[in-house]
Amino acid sequence: MYATTILGTSYRFPDLKTLMAKATPLRSGDCLAGIAAASAAERVAAQMALADLPLSVFLNEALVPYEEDEVTRLILDGHDRNAFAPIASLTVGEFRDWLLSDAVDEDALAALTFGLTPEMAAAVSKICRNQDLILVAAKRRVITKFRNTLGLRGRLSSRIQPNHPTDDARGVLASAIDGLLLGNGDAVIGVNPASDSPEQCYELLSLLDELRETLSIPTQSCVLAHVTTTLQLMERHAPVDLVFQSIGGTQAANSSFAIDLALLRESREAALALKRGTVGDNVMYFETGQGSALSANAHWNCDQQTLEARAYGVARAFDPLLVNTVVGFIGPEYLFDGKQITRAALEDHFCGKLLGLPMGCDVCYTNHAEADQNDMDDLLTLLAVAGVNYVMGVPGADDIMLNYQSTSYHDVLAVRRMLNLAPAPEFAQWLADVGLTDARGELRPLALPASFAPLLERA
Amino acid sequence: MADDRPAPLDKIAILRSATPARIFLPRAGAALTTRATLDFQLAHAEARDAVEERLDADRLFDELTFRGLTAVRVKSAARDRRSFLLRPDLGRKLDDDSRQHLKALAGDYDLAFVIAEGLSARAIARHALPVLERALQSLGQTSWKIAPIVLAEQGRVALGDDIGETLGARLVAVFIGERPGLSSPDSMGVYLTFAPRVGRTDAERNCLSNIRPQGLSYADAAHKLIYLCNEARRRQLTGVDLKDEANTLPSGELRTIDAKS
Repeated sequence: MYATTILGTSYRFPDLKTLMAKATPLRSGDCLAGIAAASAAERVAAQMALADLPLSVFLNEALVPYEEDEVTRLILDGHDRNAFAPIASLTVGEFRDWLLSDAVDEDALAALTFGLTPEMAAAVSKICRNQDLILVAAKRRVITKFRNTLGLRGRLSSRIQPNHPTDDARGVLASAIDGLLLGNGDAVIGVNPASDSPEQCYELLSLLDELRETLSIPTQSCVLAHVTTTLQLMERHAPVDLVFQSIGGTQAANSSFAIDLALLRESREAALALKRGTVGDNVMYFETGQGSALSANAHWNCDQQTLEARAYGVARAFDPLLVNTVVGFIGPEYLFDGKQITRAALEDHFCGKLLGLPMGCDVCYTNHAEADQNDMDDLLTLLAVAGVNYVMGVPGADDIMLNYQSTSYHDVLAVRRMLNLAPAPEFAQWLADVGLTDARGELRPLALPASFAPLLERA
Repeated sequence: MADDRPAPLDKIAILRSATPARIFLPRAGAALTTRATLDFQLAHAEARDAVEERLDADRLFDELTFRGLTAVRVKSAARDRRSFLLRPDLGRKLDDDSRQHLKALAGDYDLAFVIAEGLSARAIARHALPVLERALQSLGQTSWKIAPIVLAEQGRVALGDDIGETLGARLVAVFIGERPGLSSPDSMGVYLTFAPRVGRTDAERNCLSNIRPQGLSYADAAHKLIYLCNEARRRQLTGVDLKDEANTLPSGELRTIDAKS
């Protein structure tokens, strides 16, 4: 039982997960689940009660039962008491002040990583303003490597997302070439396949690998099929750089994705054995998003943001190259408008970075949400200021296969220019070598480089 | 100054023709040119309007009646657009009056058709009747017992389960406006569910998606739907297990339901 009294009114919260849910800034998914605060005052009362809570409570009271959930077991069994020591005596509110304090720098945050549980990160995010989420996240860089180095300070990477409604090879290739010419694709060239058929995915993998080899691009490719499909393709010697999977924050949510931790371990081992990385061996790519557990009725009456942070607890066990929240994809019943989407994305980025993940974000919305491209401009700029590792590059921001809007190749150009950010160093060098950028790193308005000619024959 | 990417023009044209994606957009510095920006705004405006539009159910009812079809109008428990968007659970169940109304019509039906605007009323206004007419034509020569056509307001796919169960239909086909894409504001889907009852999951349905002149044609959609109806009746199921054989159909948009959709 947790309680607080404000101006003579007392508020009671029967357990920790109720307190967490009621302390969460307003969003439609928690209302849909029936767990949101009943009033604005109750929300602040919950935030005040949460701020007074010792962080150590989260080590003693599991929000999702330990015996029934392997994600809880992963989180609590993997908790590093030594790393936790510097904050062991703090309350959630004191922890916020600690994070923001001048004395706590990047090294201190890095040292804390495995002393922090997802629930602690979620708790402190709930009492942070958007500005705090940006300030703290900007301190923490998470660097990962495969064929290039992602996440360095002063860099912003992007995924080329060249989706096509029927996985047409020419169509995918054309979209990917457009992205490369606009300096995108250092995070990954990654296609969401329209069909999960292994044959089609094999063809797409071969196509992307040929593209990368032909142009000698220091980047990685990925076909975002189900992990079981990718495992099967690795057995058939398909050119798999990264294993992709959508993940959630409870065992039941992961079951709804037809995965468990053992399957993720198996697939990571298989990808590591291929030894395709040249500068590092981060071989996993995860996508997440608030609301996925509720939509699978796998949420244990926990708020969607806390469960999202728990998904990061899953991700960090597998040393991923890339993790991104697909923040506005799920629809208005979970995140209603641009304001809620923006808030959720900043929370996700903050929690992911504190937990040691190379956080990216699919800055996006659907056409039935109260949002538009202006909201995406705002969010993209905020995330870039916060030091997001990568965002999506979708042709014209219009994904013609998944039917939603994200950020475009041009948006990546714009934000790099506004904030003086560069692509990953190996990729930036490649752009210069093939003549796509000038001495200042700006894109040249020039003809297609000669090295692209063989690809044009194919398209 | 705007620069239109000055690669060899014939090469760019070849690439551009390879996909409906918005590639090789002209840029002004690090941004899009005015025209490309406004083109995008227009597409988004069309999609937003499609979401907000209400189905002219009176008119559709009259058109069905004019064709000699028996139709019945119902409402979901979602009272308005906002609650429809925020409370998917309400859009999946009938309101009390509608349930009473349908109970009175319950009978021995092989198949019930439900027409619901979903997220695109214009998809339904444009494509529902053409596909329905073709499907009924094919069924005309068979022994199928068809329930009155149900016109549902503020309905989601699973409202068909409630409707089918209340009517006592062995199979329900829900025609519904799909979530509008930026390049496809009027796309219709058809979801087929065997033995409809409240609580069916999406894995127990089959879906024909992207029905519109630029996507899956009316004739192909009707053809596939009838094929699926026959298979569902023969095998007494719909869903993932029906997928494999249905995939042997000529190329098209048939699929079971993706978790992301």
